[in-house]
Amino acid sequence: MSVAGINVLVDETRARMAAAAPPLLSVRNVSAYYGSIRALKGVDIDVNEGEIVALIGANGAGKSTLMMTIFGQPQAREGTITFAGQDITRLPTHEIARLNLAQSPEGRRIFSRMTVRENLQMGAAVNGGKHFAEDLERMCTLFPRLAERIDQRGGTMSGGEQQMLAIARALMSRPRLLMLDEPSLGLAPLVVKQIFAAVRDLNRRDGLTVFIVEQNAYHALKLAHRGYVMVTGSVTMSGTGQALLDDPQVKAAYLEGGQH
Amino acid sequence: MEFFAQQFINGLTLGSIYGLIALGYTMVFGIIGMVNFAHGDVFMLSSFIALIFFLILTSWLGLTSVALVFLIVLVVAMLLTALWGWAIERVAYRALRGSFRLAPLISAIGVSIFLSNFVQVVQGARNKPLPPLVRDVIVLYQNEQYTVTLSYKQANIMATTAALLAGFWYLVQRTPFGRAQRACEQDRRMAALLGINVDRTISLTFVLGAALAAVAGLLYLLYYGVVSFSDGFVPGVKAFTAAVLGGIGSLPGAVLGGLIIGLIETFWSAYFSIEYKDVAAFLILIVVLIFKPSGILGRPEVEKV
Repeated sequence: MSVAGINVLVDETRARMAAAAPPLLSVRNVSAYYGSIRALKGVDIDVNEGEIVALIGANGAGKSTLMMTIFGQPQAREGTITFAGQDITRLPTHEIARLNLAQSPEGRRIFSRMTVRENLQMGAAVNGGKHFAEDLERMCTLFPRLAERIDQRGGTMSGGEQQMLAIARALMSRPRLLMLDEPSLGLAPLVVKQIFAAVRDLNRRDGLTVFIVEQNAYHALKLAHRGYVMVTGSVTMSGTGQALLDDPQVKAAYLEGGQH
Repeated sequence: MEFFAQQFINGLTLGSIYGLIALGYTMVFGIIGMVNFAHGDVFMLSSFIALIFFLILTSWLGLTSVALVFLIVLVVAMLLTALWGWAIERVAYRALRGSFRLAPLISAIGVSIFLSNFVQVVQGARNKPLPPLVRDVIVLYQNEQYTVTLSYKQANIMATTAALLAGFWYLVQRTPFGRAQRACEQDRRMAALLGINVDRTISLTFVLGAALAAVAGLLYLLYYGVVSFSDGFVPGVKAFTAAVLGGIGSLPGAVLGGLIIGLIETFWSAYFSIEYKDVAAFLILIVVLIFKPSGILGRPEVEKV
């Protein structure tokens, strides 16, 4: 059997196992507001253990708002968010961050006046720097560019390197769920490929659950087991990655301009 | 030459006190980008706390060991002043976080006025003296006309400032708490996303800033032997000048700025006119703000976006 064949098998088994267990992250009928503007309108999303789930949608659809709402900024005004069976809807942001979920947020938000190492130390802050050396080693294997720049200030690195650092920083807390917000934004196609390959590896090899928000719908849906489409604050479609890729509506709305 | 040397020592001492107060300004500014204008009055308040406990220990309880008294007063003054720092942040600043930039500044000025008036009411408007505890001096140089001395008090002040600068530099640059502080300074929301309790980090920064002010307040009281309710203002503003001169947000910059201000003020008083010493100090602030707004060791703004 080919490697690809095994991978498909692994993925299917994982999907079947996941369907039986309660979802790792569950967003139920969540609405969030910026002032009086309703940015999320009753969103339902599930992310099962071991899955890669993509959320695609146009600029301003509310994708990043959902990512931040899961972390309590802003808090959901209606609905519930559960992670690993725990209701996290009303928890303060820093307490959510201590629960085995980590985010590489929109715009990367690297600490630009800290070195790469210090940024990674910040990522490991929730577990008090236990197994820091081991995790640092892992990140340097995953993204060798970070090893080369370990004592360089974050702000002086290229966009692609900053994105790698943002992901590595999120991984330093050893999360069960990694949330990625627009990791491909503004990056060269080759770098995007590297980053997506790294995410796929983490999922296949370590069983890491990934929730990814992307405007780059083609790449995201290719990567994901399942996907959701968001339009002006509501989820309008969902399905397996491939099903969404083949959907004529998705094609027309998000895959125009082809497969970069 | 001997006169110059003596003035240099005096200037370094004064500068060390300014530097210690400036450390508190610069640390709070460094983390929340706010000038805590009440810091000078927290310093004054801590001098009073120190004075009260000195008198309790020496007059009432009759303790005679200077070192022991000094230590107890130091610890008590730091604790109580830290409590004030915590309360001030809680009451006057936290609610205003996230509102427009001028709001906490105005609130800080309010706290400053409150503190000096509070002390005036409860302690009276007159200068409060402290009987001198330490008179020993080290004679560094002596000839027929002139003696250059370094008093124990002066040596103590310089050593304390150097030690606290080193300690706080280490704290900010090398410890997890310092990293969390710097993370909050750069991007509070991201710090929270990484599990940092931003409110607690800021609270602790105010507590540390107040504890630093308490050390400065105690040393000031020992050095001058007198304190009044209005003593927060001028040293406070000069320390602020020092922080700006050194580059606000930089800990070594704060002490460097303090030393420069202290030296200029002392030499100005010694060689020109004592009446114009404050004019000289504030002239520096104006010149620095015009020609080098980021200060001597201010952070170089080279960032890629």
